[in-house]
Amino acid sequence: MQTIIYILPELFLSLAIMSLLMVGVFVKKGSKIVNLFSILSLILLIALILNQSDTTIKIFNGSYIIDNLSIFMKVLTLIFCFFVLLASRDYVKNTNIDKMEYPIIILTSTLGMFLMISSYDLIIFYLGLELQSLSLYILAAFNREDAKSNEAGLKYFVLSALASGLLLYGSSLIYGFTGSTNFEVIAANLKEAQVGAVFGIVFIIVGLAFKVSLVPFHMWTPDVYEGAPTSVTSFFALIPKIAAITVFIRFMYVPFVNLIDQWQIIILFLSIASMILGAVAAIGQTNIKRLMAYSTIGHMGYALAGLAVGTNQGIQSTIIYLTIYLAMNLGAFSCIFMMKRENVFYENINDLSGLSKNHPMLAFSFLIILFSLAGIPPLAGFFAKFYIFMSVIEAEMYALAIIGLITTVISAFYYLRIIKIIYFDKSKKPFDTSYDWGLKSSLILSSILVLIYFIYPSILTNAVSAIIIY
Amino acid sequence: MTEISLGHYLTLAAIIFSLGILGIFLNRKNVIIILMSIELILLAVNINLVSFSIYLQDLVGQVFTMFILTVAAAEASVGLAIIVIYYKNKGSINVEQISSLKG
Repeated sequence: MQTIIYILPELFLSLAIMSLLMVGVFVKKGSKIVNLFSILSLILLIALILNQSDTTIKIFNGSYIIDNLSIFMKVLTLIFCFFVLLASRDYVKNTNIDKMEYPIIILTSTLGMFLMISSYDLIIFYLGLELQSLSLYILAAFNREDAKSNEAGLKYFVLSALASGLLLYGSSLIYGFTGSTNFEVIAANLKEAQVGAVFGIVFIIVGLAFKVSLVPFHMWTPDVYEGAPTSVTSFFALIPKIAAITVFIRFMYVPFVNLIDQWQIIILFLSIASMILGAVAAIGQTNIKRLMAYSTIGHMGYALAGLAVGTNQGIQSTIIYLTIYLAMNLGAFSCIFMMKRENVFYENINDLSGLSKNHPMLAFSFLIILFSLAGIPPLAGFFAKFYIFMSVIEAEMYALAIIGLITTVISAFYYLRIIKIIYFDKSKKPFDTSYDWGLKSSLILSSILVLIYFIYPSILTNAVSAIIIY
Repeated sequence: MTEISLGHYLTLAAIIFSLGILGIFLNRKNVIIILMSIELILLAVNINLVSFSIYLQDLVGQVFTMFILTVAAAEASVGLAIIVIYYKNKGSINVEQISSLKG
């Protein structure tokens, strides 16, 4: 009975999902109530998770772990899930996808991510991953009348199911060659490189790279981001990355930690390839959601560079990078939600032209966020890249640092191009200005966070410095 | 007569697994075939896990297999649902025509 207390957040979340489903069935036009209660339950969950003790606890025969990393990542997931739900309310209402299932499916995928974040065993990890991906397939295809959304869902389903299959094959090999599914037992039995186990590691890395959308397993990202409803795209760009990066950290530094020589080179390759493709392929894009997809690929490449280092400082810089990336992308997607004229949402970059004349405040927040995404000091995005490059240089991986810097410069081009369109092109008809308060508050909050991060950066670095994995 | 060893099972699983992957990438006709290929991949993993479980004298592998079977059913149902709504909008599930998103 003692262990039940430790999984209280997960229990609460699953009970909330089931009771909300009941509300949705029995209350007519219950979508508003369900939406409200799912947002409330997210807030309650934050309190429940912050209430957990900060000592490392392993429950259920060591297959489920609650430590600083899992608490930090769960809180991050909940905060950004909350803001994504708030910011997309207006969009969801206007595009006719405000069914009662929508927030519930988001909650189920959050539950899956919780299981992934806390998993310390291959079976629990797989179940969490599948709960999360099954919900995401449904979300991508959520706009049933829109053929593009259907196609995005279909593509995401096929490629993600393939990735799960690869991951599972890797897990089976790891199980066979180490005799256990528990992460710690695997680490103890995996002292030297056997061929079978290395194959397993490669398969698992490939499967995870699919989920984080790293080159060369990124093909689905631009299509799914463009096709899915924008509210779902913003969810895709933010929340699943948290769980996937956490799992990446856990896999690399708990079960596979002794084979660092084997996997380090793979991670390095994935990181460099993603940085280069994220910088180059975004240049010719005209659709802003597609551009954000390539920007995400590039950013995930930088985040992975910290993981490739193989020190605790590297892991911490990855976590800081992820947090700042989330804040920046929340702002960017809030701006995209505001591109609305007479209840029609626009997605082309050209629709932004001359934004500064009609909406100076919106243009200024977009400017801050784009500068931050490009990594220009003193905004938060600069510090994120700074920490990553610091840890990379301290590990004497100069080639990685140089390639990272060059791709940063290249990728600044397409961010600056948007700023040029906003500030110097001919203005078009103004957008609607009757913003939802949730949308407004998430844009204001994220742009302020990005702008004033440099005043007190230790607030984040102190929180992260408690996370010690390696 | 050679005895059937662990290696034979693993080879069988590896062959089925590669057939599944080839089925996804070479197939240019029907989405249903992709679903079947995904199923094939998961079943190959099951063969792997069960044979490892017997070889290691450890039950965890078979428990894992049970979980995978359940998840595979759920995955197939979600996939079929997506295919149904896609068919309603487009009137075909030809793989070559799934290409309106590009760039």
